[in-house]
Amino acid sequence: MSKQNNLMGWIDARFPATKMWEEHLSKYYAPKNFNFWYFFGSLALLVLVLQIVTGIFLTMQYKPDGAIAFASVEYIMRDVEWGWLIRYMHSTGASAFFIIIYLHMFRGLMYGSYQKPRELIWLFGMFIFLALMAEAFMGYLLPWGQMSFWGAQVIISLFGAIPVIGDDITLWIRGDFVISDATLNRFFALHVIAVPLVLVMLVVMHILALHEVGSNNPDGVEIKKNKDENGIPLDGIPFHPYYSVKDIVGVVGFLILFSIVVFFMPEMNGYFLEYANFVPANPFKTPEHIAPVWYFTPFYAVLRAVPDKLIGVIGMFAAIAVLFVLPWIDRGKVHSIRYRSGAFKVLLAMFIISFIGLGYLGAIPATEARTWFARIFTIGYFGYFIGLWFISKNENTKPVPERVTS
Amino acid sequence: MRKSLILITFLMLPAVSWAAGGVIFPNDDVSVDWDDKEAMQRGAKLFVNYCMGCHSAGYSRYNRVGKDLGISDADVSENLIFTTDKNGEKTKVGSLMMSAMSVEYGEVAFGTAPPDLSLIARSRGTHWLYNYLRGFYVDEARPFGVNNGVFPSVGMPHVLSGLEGQKKAVKEMLDDGHGGEHEVITGFEKVSDGSMSTEEYDQAVYDLVAFMDYVAEPYKETRRNVGTGVLIFLFFFLILTYMLKKEYWKDIH
Repeated sequence: MSKQNNLMGWIDARFPATKMWEEHLSKYYAPKNFNFWYFFGSLALLVLVLQIVTGIFLTMQYKPDGAIAFASVEYIMRDVEWGWLIRYMHSTGASAFFIIIYLHMFRGLMYGSYQKPRELIWLFGMFIFLALMAEAFMGYLLPWGQMSFWGAQVIISLFGAIPVIGDDITLWIRGDFVISDATLNRFFALHVIAVPLVLVMLVVMHILALHEVGSNNPDGVEIKKNKDENGIPLDGIPFHPYYSVKDIVGVVGFLILFSIVVFFMPEMNGYFLEYANFVPANPFKTPEHIAPVWYFTPFYAVLRAVPDKLIGVIGMFAAIAVLFVLPWIDRGKVHSIRYRSGAFKVLLAMFIISFIGLGYLGAIPATEARTWFARIFTIGYFGYFIGLWFISKNENTKPVPERVTS
Repeated sequence: MRKSLILITFLMLPAVSWAAGGVIFPNDDVSVDWDDKEAMQRGAKLFVNYCMGCHSAGYSRYNRVGKDLGISDADVSENLIFTTDKNGEKTKVGSLMMSAMSVEYGEVAFGTAPPDLSLIARSRGTHWLYNYLRGFYVDEARPFGVNNGVFPSVGMPHVLSGLEGQKKAVKEMLDDGHGGEHEVITGFEKVSDGSMSTEEYDQAVYDLVAFMDYVAEPYKETRRNVGTGVLIFLFFFLILTYMLKKEYWKDIH
């Protein structure tokens, strides 16, 4: 036995290093027919690591203090060596994270990745999405610009719509009667420690659950049904090296797009960094137009589409909550859009148009006409779930192949 | 085709809504040339002479400006620094560009303290700045005797009037589309001359805006240069990783 084997043997007797390597990488059999949409899982993991690493370096210079927070960010941008790069990576990374997650979730909708037996993977994923929204919301307060301040003011005041205890809840969240230094400090603590810990734990659970049941694929067929004499799925290939080398191509492709934003358009026309956020927070001066960052705008548009504040808030939270129960709303047996009915395709198209439409409307000031459009899109958004429940019971599907197609 | 039409319509909506937000005059386009360091140097001089009496560029340092715009520390100290530090000595070149005016006095003098201008080109944009600085006109109803076609009822006097001179606004009544009328400025008329011609003044304002654009993001040039290198590397790395993937996957069918 070589020295290396000796060392691994010594470790393996004490820690399941080789076992874990095999279970999750070298002997984790993934379907061989993954397409473009399957890049976003590994990319999400990459961006999570990017955010944590850049975040660590930002905390070394950032000051969570209402009096100097804004100046400390400019200090990072101007006086800290490569500070601008770290900060732009972090601010662009936040938006990139949501783009990737939205595409990752859309993949799940298309190929039925949430369906039995992957309900828990979907649920853990939804909790990740929820934690990510909390993370992004609290992170956006930290630069302490006008949009940080007033965006947080608007969102937190939504909790005030809750009957009886609403005002006490907003007071409890803010730790003050307005957004203040106390709010900034607690958001900083939650943003750099509490929520990232939860996020990482959820990601581990998401991946463990995935590796327990195995990956879905664009055909939505179970590769574990057809195994060779060694118990290896006929349509499966080891994740490492096949998908590790393939995902690296996706990573580099992503980094090219990411770098174009970071180096050439970090504000992304005011969508990634809002122009009003280059003005320090001023509690006495309300900006003309308060818009949340783009990744919240679909839900914000739902809120504004409803005339009543409380029902609007309920509608906004319902738009997220309904995704949690998607595995039980969809009663279909066929997973992939490739073999599902025309009705399913129409519904999914309607959902995507509604989601993008809401996102667009939530970013711009409301007018009467736009509010009506937002209402139509809101109906389109929820209509997907209602429609899916009805059509999926006895769906007119196409025959599903026994093996994956290439 | 239809898809792209829908896309174009959607992309144009923000422009429409922005244009409807308020009529400003003047409304001329400007684009800052990032290689024109001389314009930025002249702009820096205008800034310290005319703006810094009340406004700071408090996130920026004098010697950083000097380094980026090609001005030696000695020249920076001689030409750009007119303030003293707390010991009563001339402000050092490594200091932040703070105005001598305190926030408290600014509030007393103007009602609201003159804002820090380090990031004004990022929050307002160069287009806004270029027109704002050319938009002052005589209006005796205002405390300083001037109003502005871009920022109505602004609390700031026309500090560059010695250069530009004075002008009055030509106004017209315009149908607002909702059955009413409102007054808009359609032009300016020179009342008295300053030390500069209109062209010279426009150039001076351009210089100042170029400096403001620089000082809002002094690392912009570095950012673009590094970005170009990073993209070239990533492009070749993409080819390499793609070939690696091809090699591994050639026996998967």
